[in-house]
Order: sequence, then structure tokens, then C-alpha cells
Amino acid sequence: MGTGLDFEGPIKEIEKTLKKLRKQQEEKHTIEVEQQIRELEESLRKHRDEIYAKLTPWQTVKVARHWQRPVFKDYIGMIFTDFIELHGDRTFSDDRALIGGFAFLGRQAVMLVGHNKGKDVHENIRQNFGMARPEGYRKALRLMKLAEKYNIPVITFIDTAGAFPGVDAEERGQAEAIARNLYEMSQFTVPIITVVTGEGGSGGALGIGVADAIIMLSNSIYSVISPEGCASILWRDAEAHSSTAADALKLTATSLLELGIIDEIVEEPLGGAHSDAQITAVGVKKAIQKHLKRLKGYSASKLVHKRFEKYSNMGIFNT
Amino acid sequence: MGWFTKNDKEEQKVHEDLWVKCPQCNKHVFKEDWHNSHSVCPNCGCYGKLPAYERISITLDPGTFKELNDAIYPADPLHFVDAKGSYRDRVEEVRKSTGLNEAIVTGTGKINDISVVVGVMDFRFLGGSLGSGTGEKILLAANYSYDHHLPLIIFAASGGARMHEGMLSLMQMAKTCAAIARLNTRKVPYISVLTDPTTGGVSASFAMVGDINIAEPGALIGFAGRRVIEQTIKHKLPDNFQTAEYLLEHGFIDAIVPRSDIRKVITQILSSYNR
Repeated sequence: MGTGLDFEGPIKEIEKTLKKLRKQQEEKHTIEVEQQIRELEESLRKHRDEIYAKLTPWQTVKVARHWQRPVFKDYIGMIFTDFIELHGDRTFSDDRALIGGFAFLGRQAVMLVGHNKGKDVHENIRQNFGMARPEGYRKALRLMKLAEKYNIPVITFIDTAGAFPGVDAEERGQAEAIARNLYEMSQFTVPIITVVTGEGGSGGALGIGVADAIIMLSNSIYSVISPEGCASILWRDAEAHSSTAADALKLTATSLLELGIIDEIVEEPLGGAHSDAQITAVGVKKAIQKHLKRLKGYSASKLVHKRFEKYSNMGIFNT
Repeated sequence: MGWFTKNDKEEQKVHEDLWVKCPQCNKHVFKEDWHNSHSVCPNCGCYGKLPAYERISITLDPGTFKELNDAIYPADPLHFVDAKGSYRDRVEEVRKSTGLNEAIVTGTGKINDISVVVGVMDFRFLGGSLGSGTGEKILLAANYSYDHHLPLIIFAASGGARMHEGMLSLMQMAKTCAAIARLNTRKVPYISVLTDPTTGGVSASFAMVGDINIAEPGALIGFAGRRVIEQTIKHKLPDNFQTAEYLLEHGFIDAIVPRSDIRKVITQILSSYNR
């Protein structure tokens, strides 16, 4: 954890100086320092603009994984009201890495499901860094089926490095749990909206990501494999080639919009979602409301039909 | 020294023409015997991988196979280039060496006079990876089943998603599952046969959601790679981990069926289907 963003170097330097000057100012106010602070603030804004306006895919990966980036629970608090968490898959246990429950979006009742990354080491150990086991996917399925029964939309939040790769997960059928969700989600008669807020890690992300509308934050990523994993397989060197792999995989929101895989990008404030969570949440909320309004216009059978067509059309090949 | 090496090579070539080395027991098996046993080692009984058309010929009634959508082949939507070169060149190479256009062959045919739609994956084609074209052929096969009310049987053999197609590959998991799920709405049977190996994105999609999941003896089946798990948990895994037998024990496979019995078992299952 706590992987600093090396490309933020100049920003960090300025922030440090600013902090010092502000403290100085508190103790003894002077016009010169006041002037210095204003200049530094301006320069900070400029640096942020410049750096964040042209992040490379690999830098975007680092922003998407930033430890201060808002997590699912933050979004629940900022966008929804009256969240009531529902626990357990009724078969094995309650996976803390993937959580969900009823909530309200304005006056609309919804079912929320999302990867539960933590904000510090303790939370992350308890919540397995948002890497779910089969029981997590099965709980998600239970909750989504409940949403279908109660006729309310499902909103899922993706933020995971991937499904947990462990002996216990394999033993209890990680593959089956994910496959079952893809299978069932394709036939749900209520709208499904997915928001990728951080890392979209392969099958573990897709396991709650079959949706009528897929929204991505501008610095989030969604990939078939991690750049490190790809680099170690195809370049035989994860250290040296993760950046190359991140380029090649086309895992940024912009690329995925071009490829027709996602439906909308929500712009983050300059400096990334972690620099202003509130503004980020406002953008996410607006996008959800927009798609919900559109999707609520469809009958159940039309909705399923359109989702089937959407996924049928995914893929690029020759004939 | 020179002539010695050359002689060695020539001898090896003669070997390759006549003999197959079993990947499991390392014994040399007469090629004809290997072929006659459908790539099951006569010595140790382990299962070799089968090329798609060979699998079709031993599974369907002779002369009944009609191929569907054989013209579909991979595009290079991401213009992917890795350390070994471009995806485009890799595809051309493998199309030439295998004579296949994609990692799956699909079509219609009969098993003991029962009409079916089949899909057979071929590991030789980029490790049987699930590309856009692979997913499209599975979708079209499932749609054919749906339209004509014919049972669908897919033989999986795949390392998982095809990285070179990025997220387009991942989305084939959702696409194929959607196609299979739709069969339920018309009560069209779907039998999944998992052969060695069925892992990653293929095990986590269409291969694992059969009405019936059948596996071949000893097949490697699982979600995460062995190495990844070992790195995560920091100790060695049991020998039978992620084998067909392990999955049967844990409840994810209906039956392990020897290659020689697959026609009989599929016939039995489909006889229980009361259309």
C-alpha cells in the first residue's frame, strides 16, 4: 500500500513548501509570504493541470490504485441514502471483500453491490483488498436476484485487482461463481448499471459487471489482465515492461469508450478523484441518474433483449 | 563433432516421424498406436490434447459434421505487439501451421442419430484462448441451437482469455454466457465437456455453466494459475489440485468420462431430454 505517484513529484514538493509557508504565516503574517503562497498555489494548479491532462496508461493505473482514492463505502455515503447492508451468501459465509444492500438514490430504491477495498492496512486485511472469493460473488448474485424480485435497479461498483487467487477460492468454485453471475446477469429483468471507480481487474470485475450501462471514472482502468501479469507472460519481465503492457492492453476509459465496451466516462477533477471526492461523486451520481432514467423506459423483456444484443455485438474479428 | 550432431538430429527426425513422446511418462509410443488410442497414452493412460477435427471425428457419427461460420478469424483490434512480435503475425503463423481460423470449430452433426450443435476448441490455436472470433462462433453456435431447438455440446480446451485482444476478449465471457443463458428460456440442453486444460476466463464462463459438466480424466481445470496461487499463499499446492478429480470431489463436475465413452454418455444424457 501507499504506492506514491512518482510523476506527482513536483506537486508533492510544492505542497510541502506551501504547508511550511502557511504555518509560518499563521505564526507571523507578512505580505511577502502571502504573495509567495499565492504564486505557489497558482504553480500547483498549473502542474496538476499539466500532469493530469496527459497521464500515460501506466500512470493512470497508478492513479486508479491510489490508496487515498475514494472507495465503494465513500460513494455509498456521498451518493445514496439509507443504506442497509445485507450479509452472507446463505451457503458458506459473508465475504467482506464484496458487499451490498438496499439504498435510495433520491426517491428511487436501488440495490447496491460493490467491491469493498479498504482505506488502510487494517481495513484491507479484513476486506482482503477487495478481492472476493466465491461466496462474495454468490452473495452478489443473491442480492441481485432480490433486486429482481423487488423490481428495483441494480447498481454495481467495480474496484478490485481481481478475484482472489487462493486454494480456498478454487476449492469452492471461483470459476463457477463468476460464470454463474455472468449467466444470470444477462437475463435479469431489472436495469443494471455498473460504475468502474478504480481498478477493473479481469474476471473478478466482470463478475458483477454485466450491465445495461457501464460508466467509468476518467482515471479508472479496466483490463483483461494486470499490466504486470501481462508483462511477465508476454515480455517475461514484469518490472521492465508493465508500462509497455499498460499501453498495449488499451485499459483506459478513453480507449474502452472507443472500443465500444463502456458507455460513458465521468471526468475526475484535476489531480484525480482523491483530490476531491465530493466533486467526483457528484459526477458519478449524475451519470447514474441519466442512465437510470433512460433504462426505466424499457419493459422487462425489452431490457433483456437489448442487453443480449449489446453483448452479442461485442468483439472485433474478420470474416 | 559436427557429423555427430548432424546424425543426432537426423535420428531425432526419424523418431518424430514414427514415435510420440508421452508428455506424462516420457515413454516413446508408436505414433500409430497413439493415434489409434485417440491420444491417450497406452503406457500410462494419461490424456493428450486432441486437435479439433480429430475430436469431431471420434465424437460424431461419420460423415454427419457440417461446419458453421468457418470463415471467422482474428482481427487485430488493438494493434498488439509484444516481445515476440505482432499479434497479427502470430495469427497468420498459427492459421498456417494448424489450418484453423479460430480456437474453436463449430458445426452441426449427429451422435447416435441425435442431431446436435457442437463446438470443439483446439489448444494449438493460441492456447485455445478466447478471442472475439472465438466468442462470436460460440454465440452463433448457441443461437443456432436456440433457433433450431438442438442440444449444444461444447468441448473446452483453453488457457483463458486472449490478452492480445484486451477487454474485447474479457467481454466474450459475458457474451458467451448470455448466449448459453438464453438457451434456458427455450429449454435447449447444453452439455459442457471440460478437457485439458480449461482455465481462466473460459472456466469462468461458458465452460462451467453446463446443464451437465463433464470432464476428461486428469484434465487441469481451474480459475487462477497454479503459479499465481503459490505466490499468493507462499507454499506448494497438493498434486491433485485443480484436476478433474479434484473438481468432482468438490462438486463442480457431474462426471468424469473417458474419451472412449463420451459418445455413449452424451447419448444417455440426451435420451433423458424430453423435448
